[in-house]
Amino acid sequence: MATTTTAPAPSSTGGTHPATRSAQQVSADASGVVGSDQLSNAALRTFLHGLPGVDAVGLAGRAAQLGSRSIKTTAKAWGLDTVISMIDLTTLEGADTPGKVRSLVAKALTPQPGDASCPRPAAVCVYGDRVQIAKEALGGAPIAVAAVATGFPAGRAGTAARLADTQDAVDAGADEIDMVIDRGAFLAGDYRKVYDDIVAVREVCQSRAEPAHLKVILETGELATNDNVRRASWLAMLAGADFIKTSTGKVSPAATLPVTVLMLEAVRDFLAATGVQVGVKPAGGIRSAKDALKYLVAVNEVAGEAWLDPEFFRFGASSLLNDVLLQRLKLTSGVYSGTDYVTID
Amino acid sequence: MSSTTTPRLDVRKTYKLFVGGKFPRSESGRTYEITTAEGTFAANAALASRKDARDAVRAARAAQPGWAGATAYNRGQVLYRVAELLEGRRAQFVGDVAAGEGVSAKKAEELVSAAIDRWVWYAGWTDKVAQVAGNANPVAGPYFNLSVPEPTGVVAVLAPQASSLLGLVSVLAPVLVSGNSVVVLSSQDRPLPAVTLSEVLATSDVPGGVVNVLTGRTAEVAPHLAAHMDVNAIDLAGALGADGITWGELEADAAENLKRVRRPAGETEGDWLDTQSLEAILAFTETKTVWHPKGM
Repeated sequence: MATTTTAPAPSSTGGTHPATRSAQQVSADASGVVGSDQLSNAALRTFLHGLPGVDAVGLAGRAAQLGSRSIKTTAKAWGLDTVISMIDLTTLEGADTPGKVRSLVAKALTPQPGDASCPRPAAVCVYGDRVQIAKEALGGAPIAVAAVATGFPAGRAGTAARLADTQDAVDAGADEIDMVIDRGAFLAGDYRKVYDDIVAVREVCQSRAEPAHLKVILETGELATNDNVRRASWLAMLAGADFIKTSTGKVSPAATLPVTVLMLEAVRDFLAATGVQVGVKPAGGIRSAKDALKYLVAVNEVAGEAWLDPEFFRFGASSLLNDVLLQRLKLTSGVYSGTDYVTID
Repeated sequence: MSSTTTPRLDVRKTYKLFVGGKFPRSESGRTYEITTAEGTFAANAALASRKDARDAVRAARAAQPGWAGATAYNRGQVLYRVAELLEGRRAQFVGDVAAGEGVSAKKAEELVSAAIDRWVWYAGWTDKVAQVAGNANPVAGPYFNLSVPEPTGVVAVLAPQASSLLGLVSVLAPVLVSGNSVVVLSSQDRPLPAVTLSEVLATSDVPGGVVNVLTGRTAEVAPHLAAHMDVNAIDLAGALGADGITWGELEADAAENLKRVRRPAGETEGDWLDTQSLEAILAFTETKTVWHPKGM
């Protein structure tokens, strides 16, 4: 966890960690990139619509090519462990009982009983009102608690309600906040509203002595075009996102490899433009270890090795962990394992 | 076109696997040549790898609860329908068996008839097994105490090497009766009746994934099925006469997760003409006993 410091702290690559910037720095960085002090709707539109268009066929081809690598033996073992350490183990159901949250935490604490070398997931991801339960169950274990907020998953609530939702989660001790952008405003072209919204939520996250990291969910399945995904990525990063996240998992299609490649290009370019390294979190629809390894390849090839770190890349998933554990068992024992040997979630 | 009769080009077939109700190629992309008993080319078959075995087990696992959950009567109807379709493909089976096993047409007819009759015989057992193998146990207390046979789960079946249809049916049909799902590894050198059977199953009412058919080298695939932790039982009939593997080695592999193992009968493969039995069904069942209080 990064702590508040007066000067921006460099991350491992030399890029600044986004959570360490003050609101003024965020705003100054945004003005610098957009080329306007006002950051008016017109200025944002000029900038966002001036971003190069996305070649959809080329993007799909690039993603397919990245997905065709063969990863075996020791590289696979490393990849599987890295995937586990990047998972935000998630339960986001209306039916989340305290018991279900506690069992999720137990799974995060000991993903593979009997194998102490198995890494733990980076975080557990729950609804805001379950943060306290998750925190208590975790004790002092070094696993973050992420909370979805701002009227997740639709985000169709008034600003006050969205901020109060965030404040609740921050007060309950959430280490990370997963907010949703106002897709309605974004699609209507009201970029300034989306920007202000993210800035306001960031302010709530930063209001604590140890600020909560902010992940901004774009819900790419509702943005309709790749160009919109690129614009939304930039808009979220300009407004001070620590992570840009593909989806809520409640809308289909959720995370896809092409969309993730597109967002990785955006964070790479943002680092070049501002010196700030933003993370990426694909969420929803990644169920197999094989798919997850394809994402790791994409991270390495598109954004770079600096992103192969739970601080800058996460998987939002629930069933993925079990499949990775089965693959891990296969690697260590040499025989195919079965679902009888992992927990039922 | 010339009016003289020119020889027709051979239509050389390359068969695929049958996994989860679909016909995929082997993940490895490999095929191998199948020859008749006389050594002439018969067809190409997919050469399954361990990953195909893994996929087949996954499909079988997914399909098993649905098949076991169907009523016994319904399973009987579905299996009888398979026998009807087998009868419809009789000529093709006779041709496959005669060419593959090198027997006369008359003998092949006899083997195919026996196989279809056997399928019907087992189909009839679905709603009778529980009555014969189950029991209301007399207990000293005010309880109903009932023992009922339940399916073991996912069963790997190594089909006999020599008897390509009758042997296959003799080991496959009884496993299906109680509601198990199956991964069959066909005879290595005579897989064509198994391939034709999978085409029959694909057009029958048997749900996809209940029967999965792999073709390939027994010694390559069988150890992975025997060691697979998600396979609940294995029939080792096809280990007799297979190159490079013995049933003893496979039984040792199977011990790791306490699989139920059915050893081959005898040291060499028999003719399978006289092998249908209730025991073959019960070999892949688990007895569940429930206590239920009696009203006073």
